[in-house]
Amino acid sequence: MAKVPVQFTLNGAEKAEFVDSGTTLLHALRDKIGDTSPKGGCHQGTCGACSVIIDGELRLSCLTLAETCNGAAITTTSGLSQGGVLHPLQRAFLDAFATQCGFCTPGMIMAAKVLLDQTPNPSRAEVVEALSGNICRCTGYEPIIQAVLTAARSNSQRAA
Amino acid sequence: MELRKNYFADQRKDDLHEIGQPRPRSDSPGHVTGKTAYFADRNFPGMLHLKMVRSPYHHARIRSIDTSEAEKHPGVVKILTAKDVPHNVYTILILIQIGPEDETVLADGKVRWKGEAVVAVLAETERAAQEAAAKVKVDYEVLPAVFDMQEALKPGAPIVNEYHGQNYYLYDSGECRKVRFGDVEAGFTSADHILEQSYQSSPIEHAPTETTGCVVVPEGNDRFTCYTNTQAMFFTLDNTSIILQMPGNKLHFVGGTVGGGFGGKVDVIVEPIAILGAKLTGRPVCFIYSREEEMQISSPRAAEKVVIKDGVMNDGRIVARKVTGYTDAGAYSRHSPYGAQKGAGHYPGPYTIPNVWIDTYCVYTNRTPSSAMRGFGVTIGDFALEVQMDKLARLIGMDPLEFRFINAYRDGDMKAHRQPTEGAALIECMQEASRAANWPVAEKYLAMSSYAKGA
Repeated sequence: MAKVPVQFTLNGAEKAEFVDSGTTLLHALRDKIGDTSPKGGCHQGTCGACSVIIDGELRLSCLTLAETCNGAAITTTSGLSQGGVLHPLQRAFLDAFATQCGFCTPGMIMAAKVLLDQTPNPSRAEVVEALSGNICRCTGYEPIIQAVLTAARSNSQRAA
Repeated sequence: MELRKNYFADQRKDDLHEIGQPRPRSDSPGHVTGKTAYFADRNFPGMLHLKMVRSPYHHARIRSIDTSEAEKHPGVVKILTAKDVPHNVYTILILIQIGPEDETVLADGKVRWKGEAVVAVLAETERAAQEAAAKVKVDYEVLPAVFDMQEALKPGAPIVNEYHGQNYYLYDSGECRKVRFGDVEAGFTSADHILEQSYQSSPIEHAPTETTGCVVVPEGNDRFTCYTNTQAMFFTLDNTSIILQMPGNKLHFVGGTVGGGFGGKVDVIVEPIAILGAKLTGRPVCFIYSREEEMQISSPRAAEKVVIKDGVMNDGRIVARKVTGYTDAGAYSRHSPYGAQKGAGHYPGPYTIPNVWIDTYCVYTNRTPSSAMRGFGVTIGDFALEVQMDKLARLIGMDPLEFRFINAYRDGDMKAHRQPTEGAALIECMQEASRAANWPVAEKYLAMSSYAKGA
């Protein structure tokens, strides 16, 4: 099968790969590039575990074809901490006991990051809405919501 | 977090360093940074993908299997059928002498539930494996199937599983697990009221976010490393050793990181066939359930039916309880004989009742095999028991919480299965629940203790 070239930045670093046409971004990130932080829970766009940020927008990488990402800036949860220092959302998830099995966590953090980037001081209802595409089967939604609200507060304190 | 120190004050120690102290989870830093390594995060050069051909029928004889077209499909490396599995008929609990072996790794001559694994296809890509699996031709002769436990127990019902010979698990106590305590009929005769009710539940899927699977790597020295999300590492290793007739020291299992289990990953399903595939091809093998397989193929919690007959006095004492429990194992035992037995020990619930009669059946039907899930054998029973308790309280016009105080078990009480009660805390839990839920009960119940009757 003819391969298709794909080039984008992943967490700020240039990446180039040849993939089969029709390869999902999730497959390209995990199995070609080796960033396994996006998880494959359903491969049909219903669980949110594969969420990544493409050019500032939240996307399901299992429903995004890699070849449509040429020139894009892609962010994953593995790229959030800088110099060993956790991102405020990561710190808040850690402190709030917002992880159980951890499988939904990278997707949750992606959804939360897009929310806080666009709405720095969200209401609880806005947090719930922003996380509504991400399934946590361990049913830890409440600590997750609290973690996002805590991260928003710590962001606004830093800005002040 | 609040620790109520007024309960069991004589047993309390104040020099505890961990209890009551929040501690960070050791796995959380990996979770929040995306660094936690789940089994599917392992990728190896030359890794093959395994897809299963599954039965479209609930019960059928296999006349023939034709893999010739599938073998020609581009990318196919190996196709496995029952004859390739060294010890194809197994049962998980054989490790603790609970037989007979009653389940096939790959169907041999018969399928007993819709979705049963028949042929395994290994190919260079997931897509090739899937496409080739669709080209495997299986000729079935459809047989009558039975889906209802009561129907399955009737004389003349289709036999689901010949390894048992009848549609129930044969315990050493006979057709069911039995508990006999006091004289239940005398209890009913003396009772002011009798209430008999039936309760039933449907199968429940665990639906973990991470689907069941494993990645196997042949190490080149006759040893195999199996990265798996099993919840039962050594059960799986030992069963794999039996199924593949391979010494345990050839198997290196790596796991412990599970993206949600809830009991749904304690069966031995993906590892033996994936390791066999790796052995016969010499290549790494990935076998991971699709979301559809996770929802339709993996064992759910068993459907259960619970019939409870109680004799109760106007003063609130339950004097007799008879429970007949039915656990729908589906087509194979897996952990269900144990679940049904656990139910027998659990009834009549956390209550002291002088006359008890328990029968619990593990029944085979042509439904998806059920297995472990969070308190299996007990959880549905508790639902039934507590609904029954509310109905009994209503029947005699008593507050449902006070009714439970009257019947709650306490230290020293003999349970129906003849284990003396120790370390009971039901009275104290209900006292705290009464306060927390602002559901007042009479002062005499707040003065009760689990330590002794009349205290």
